[in-house]
Amino acid sequence: MSGIELTDLNFDTEVIKSNIPVLVDFWAPWCGPCKMIAPVIEELANEYASKIKVGKVNTDNNMNTSTKYQIASIPTIIFFKGGLPVQKIVGFKPKTELKKILDGLL
Amino acid sequence: MPISPHLPENIYDIIIIGGGPAGLTAGIYASRARMKTLLIEKMGCGGNAALTDWIENYPSMPDGISGFELAQKMEQQARKFGTEIVYEEFIKVKDTGIYKIVKTTEKEYDAIAIIIATGAEYKSLGVPGEEEFRGKGVSYCATCDGAFFKDKDIVVAGGGNSAFQEAIFLTRFAKTVTIVHRRDTFRAMPILQERAKADAKIKFVVNSIIERIEGNEKVERIVLKNTITGQNSVLNADGIFIFIGFAPATEYLKGVIELDTIGHIISDSTMNTSSNGIFACGDARKKTLRQIITAASDGAIAAHSAQEYVEHIKNQYLAVK
Repeated sequence: MSGIELTDLNFDTEVIKSNIPVLVDFWAPWCGPCKMIAPVIEELANEYASKIKVGKVNTDNNMNTSTKYQIASIPTIIFFKGGLPVQKIVGFKPKTELKKILDGLL
Repeated sequence: MPISPHLPENIYDIIIIGGGPAGLTAGIYASRARMKTLLIEKMGCGGNAALTDWIENYPSMPDGISGFELAQKMEQQARKFGTEIVYEEFIKVKDTGIYKIVKTTEKEYDAIAIIIATGAEYKSLGVPGEEEFRGKGVSYCATCDGAFFKDKDIVVAGGGNSAFQEAIFLTRFAKTVTIVHRRDTFRAMPILQERAKADAKIKFVVNSIIERIEGNEKVERIVLKNTITGQNSVLNADGIFIFIGFAPATEYLKGVIELDTIGHIISDSTMNTSSNGIFACGDARKKTLRQIITAASDGAIAAHSAQEYVEHIKNQYLAVK
């Protein structure tokens, strides 16, 4: 599965109140590079299924969440643990590096 | 059963390193030639083409096509014919004489031939504030970040095709776009220069270099130095997009194959490098024109040469009865 669709409405329930770490991918439909890393995010969602949650926020439709986390560049990935943003990654990072961060959160 | 006592089990015929237009085209050709082909990509397929807003010089596309879509179609095409793709970072290649061992951050793979298609990466300015404000107003990708600068004043650093193309793209969002260039002449193609000069939103500051990028939480101003007078000046800006050229991504190939002083791979017209069984294609090569179509052309030739090499090796080591 390619992860859940996060919105301003469900962000609190799905991410802040989640009892497992969450990888949040901020993207927009006009951002080719965001779509370019989508297969990588999908692979991570499969490999870490049940251990972490993977979700994506469409920055066009969810301005509140995007503003709150100061998104000025996409793709941006934020890792949440215990309801707090613990690491923010701006731009591309290889899958190996994302895995290292995830392993550190488990 | 190993295919030969000389070759390990599960060996690939060809491993392609890099998933931009050069590597993907090599994948299409190699897979259609029924070579067992693996493509190793560090981030996501598409390379610099996927970061380009609009491509209007690729033949058969009179109305143009988005860079991402073009790259994505190439990826689909490579997968369709059987190219396997993994997202791992290449670390090094070891030559055993008969075959090669490719080491990535995750594991090791064996192949008879290697095609290097690692391309080039954008250069950074290397000025104070650049790293600090990355993602807070400093960007290297207009298609990723342009929309966050609606009605803002932005600066584009550079004077080549990328700088002009992206500056024109950014006028869709920005209030003003100021192109800052260190000389007073531009390398960008005339058609792009004409368009930029005709655009009321685009301004030019020439003979100037960027000294530093300043702000509090995010970019607020750019400090410039005039290369003729030596005077500093301040330009208020909400963002800066840096397109000052590309450097070949070949650091890890030093000592493996011959590179020029900048790091471009030296290869001949059949894409052979200085090392037997290692081929090169795309922007990482030393060549005159770095475009999607020349990358694709290189990729096709590299796959063909690699295929001939693989068949030669197999005949030599598999013919033993």
